[in-house]
Amino acid sequence: MAFRIGVVTFPGSLDDFDAARAVEMAGGTAGPLFHASDDLKEVDAVVLPGGFSYGDYLRCGAIARFAPIMESIIVAAEHGFPVLGICNGFQVLCESHLLPGALTRNQGLHFLCRDQKLKIENTKTIWTSGFTEGQEIVIPLKNGEGSFQCDDETLDMLESQGRVIARYVDFDPNGSRNLIAGITNARGNVVGLMPHPEHAIESLTGPSEDGLIFFTSALQQLVGR
Amino acid sequence: MKLDTVANATANPDTPQPWVELGLKEDEYARIKSILGRRPTASELAMYSVMWSEHCSYKSSKVHLKQFGEKAPKSDALLVGIGENAGVVDIGQNYAVTFKVESHNHPSFVEPYQGAATGVGGIVRDILTMGARPIAVMDPLRFGLADAPDTRRVLPGIVAGVGGYGNCLGLPNIGGEIVFDETYAGNPLVNALCVGVMKHEDIKLAKAHGAGNLVVLFGAKTGGDGIGGVSVLASETFNEAKPTKRPSVQVGDPFAEKVLIECCLEIFKADLVVGIQDLGGAGLSCATSELASAGSGGMEIQLDKVPLRDPSLSPEEILMSESQERMCAIVEPSKVKQFLAICKKWDVTATVIGEVTSGERLHISFNGELIVDVPPRTVAHDGPVYNRPIEKPAYIAERQAVTINIPMPTSSTEVKAAILKLIAAPNIADKSWVTSQYDKYVQGNSVLAQPEDSGMIRIDAETNLGVAVSTDANARWSYLDPYEGVKLALAESMRNIATTGAKPLAVTNCLNFGSPEDPGVMWQFAETVRGLADACLELGLPVTGGNVSFYNQTGSVAILPTPVIGVLGVIQDVRKRTKMGFEKAGQDIYLIGAVDSNMSGSEWAYLHGEIGNHAPKSDLAMEARLVELLLEGQPIFESAHDVSNGGLAATLAESALKNNIGAKVELENVAVALFSETPGRVVVSINESSTNSIIALAGKYQIPVTKIGMTGGSELIINETHISLTELSKAHTETFPKLSG
Repeated sequence: MAFRIGVVTFPGSLDDFDAARAVEMAGGTAGPLFHASDDLKEVDAVVLPGGFSYGDYLRCGAIARFAPIMESIIVAAEHGFPVLGICNGFQVLCESHLLPGALTRNQGLHFLCRDQKLKIENTKTIWTSGFTEGQEIVIPLKNGEGSFQCDDETLDMLESQGRVIARYVDFDPNGSRNLIAGITNARGNVVGLMPHPEHAIESLTGPSEDGLIFFTSALQQLVGR
Repeated sequence: MKLDTVANATANPDTPQPWVELGLKEDEYARIKSILGRRPTASELAMYSVMWSEHCSYKSSKVHLKQFGEKAPKSDALLVGIGENAGVVDIGQNYAVTFKVESHNHPSFVEPYQGAATGVGGIVRDILTMGARPIAVMDPLRFGLADAPDTRRVLPGIVAGVGGYGNCLGLPNIGGEIVFDETYAGNPLVNALCVGVMKHEDIKLAKAHGAGNLVVLFGAKTGGDGIGGVSVLASETFNEAKPTKRPSVQVGDPFAEKVLIECCLEIFKADLVVGIQDLGGAGLSCATSELASAGSGGMEIQLDKVPLRDPSLSPEEILMSESQERMCAIVEPSKVKQFLAICKKWDVTATVIGEVTSGERLHISFNGELIVDVPPRTVAHDGPVYNRPIEKPAYIAERQAVTINIPMPTSSTEVKAAILKLIAAPNIADKSWVTSQYDKYVQGNSVLAQPEDSGMIRIDAETNLGVAVSTDANARWSYLDPYEGVKLALAESMRNIATTGAKPLAVTNCLNFGSPEDPGVMWQFAETVRGLADACLELGLPVTGGNVSFYNQTGSVAILPTPVIGVLGVIQDVRKRTKMGFEKAGQDIYLIGAVDSNMSGSEWAYLHGEIGNHAPKSDLAMEARLVELLLEGQPIFESAHDVSNGGLAATLAESALKNNIGAKVELENVAVALFSETPGRVVVSINESSTNSIIALAGKYQIPVTKIGMTGGSELIINETHISLTELSKAHTETFPKLSG
């Protein structure tokens, strides 16, 4: 039986359908989860998709963090449940304190959509195990508030513990500290990533198929659990 | 203030009324009184004033637009035609596609961000109203000169507004145009196109049928924004002496629209509506009168039930408000509970505000008192119709007499300088600074997006069925000859569809003009409509709908006549689409179509301040053959890119820069070959093994093809002129960041 990866829909989620398609294309089964229920429906992992949850009003991810589904996800994640937050999902993870730091307005002050080169730096997480260390990939980046910021202490911790999973290469799209594109928690089960792997799963509609590896990685890791 | 009821209006026939301030003419006010047999109430006056505005009633354009019906080609593809919120075409496999382009020009000048944002919001609701899931947007934009102060004021806001709203809705932005000309200074054009898809059986119409069925208003609460947007704002010429019109611009909330979309789609899926209409221009006045008059006519509305953001709004303000993100549905009583439950799931406010009656009049009450009692058709459809004076403007002959005198480069130094100048010109330069502010990836079905010749969306991931959409206008040609200009715009848009491998199927349009009260502008308009109707008939492409925007002028200076033509095409297998960039080195480059020396209306002439002489004549029979050639030849084309604005020079530079693959090209009469914009041409690259095929196609369709060179290398080489791709790219990409800096 294929593993089930839940995809959460908040009001204002946009890339939930794409994330579900990526899960299916990677060989898993996508399970729709709705923000208003705290039932995780026995999924094996969860993706928090991109979009503008609750209109991104107040602060990106600040309201979504209080959704009933997040209460269950926070508890499960603290016990090793795999969670991938993409773009707005990453923002939700930071607001939930499952990941440190915050995503702020792009340095250029504009929404930016581009094919972005990344270097994968940590292949030990559930979501990045299928990459080779140092592998360069190209996936879409699209956000207005993607600049990763944290205090020096946190930055040192992330760097010294190897918790930066991906960094921007060749071009700094948003002014993130140390060109950070994605990070993980200490345990490696929670990953937040600003660019969009779910939009790079087939060359027909994306810049590459590199994004699929995030999803196949998780499915392979689930087998071994 | 005392409520102006129907009884009060009858009892006090001589109460002075603000019909002038509401934009009505004296004879129009008299006509309302004659329809009602009394003076209108304040609320009725509000409704008539917005619905009889130029924007809503098409009173100056109607007599011309009927040609689209009279000259309509026979088409099996058209499922819903002009008159509904948007036309619907059959693309096969039981899929139906709806698409439409609309203007939001005036609001975007007054308040660039919100004007542009709500332009996107409005067209998306039109598409949604048909029962379709919106799947893509496009935005043809036009501005004054790129470095003019007002352009720098409006452009960043308009681009951010288009992006801010569309991105937040989760709609990929897959194309459009950005054009600069001084006539758009003070009159920027913000046109917004949306495409939606549904199954045949899911098509919805804006009709209120069945006495006893309920009228449900749902979505955002009604506020004081956009009051009189269609009448006092969209239907008048800007004049510096008048007070600011900012309160007439609506304020958008894309999040509210996103949940409204999901809510509507779930409601449609459960088959819970009899009819549905969005609230856009003219707000509730439009929705109630249109729904009622399209059905049996009778409707009762309790206006005090409308949920308000601002409780101080008067009834007439509620009727005129253009608050965004609202819809009005007709629902059978037995289905209301389920309808309201779905709204609750999405946190969408929904309120029953009235019901369909067996009568023939639209009755609106406020706190139990009757304030509107009208035949709805007189509000929605029987507005005034003007056959405005038409006169061929004197400039036409003057401009045609002009001899174009521009430098035509000959030496390799001159050719190089000319190419670099052209591709750095704001109209030709790389637009990534703008398009990178739009999400083109969301929904995961964008097969092609800007700067490709057309945007392409996969409709079905199993069968790979897809649609392509392109919008085009060449306003300079329309200025010199509006009849030919619009035909050429249609031909270009159709060609852009076929260049990517899709078959053109249907046409939409947004006709942007100056004041209809100027006989010269009316002549431009009449010629344009005649040209477009004739061209659509000749090409067998149905017009599915459109939009007219008049009064795009400041003082006596009108914009160039700008008919933006959108063409929708269908492609059976999106995996076979053809892209614009050279794919690999060592492939033969062919020019399909012949060039002539007419530089009239070209970018090269414009760059030297010359707009004159005779615009090219369209050859639609040839254009139709070219489309057939492109479709049949599609399997052998490694790349294909239309030759249009900027001529062959721009086409070659763009094809080379796309994938950083150079080319070596040999051209006779090099300046004309590079900079003439003779229509009906496409540059393709093919493998040498396909040589016989392309020659056979040329013979079959009687269109000349010329081998002009070969792909490869890191330079664009034209005869003896060498330009490195690095240099070419620098010139092409620097313009916009510099302008925005």
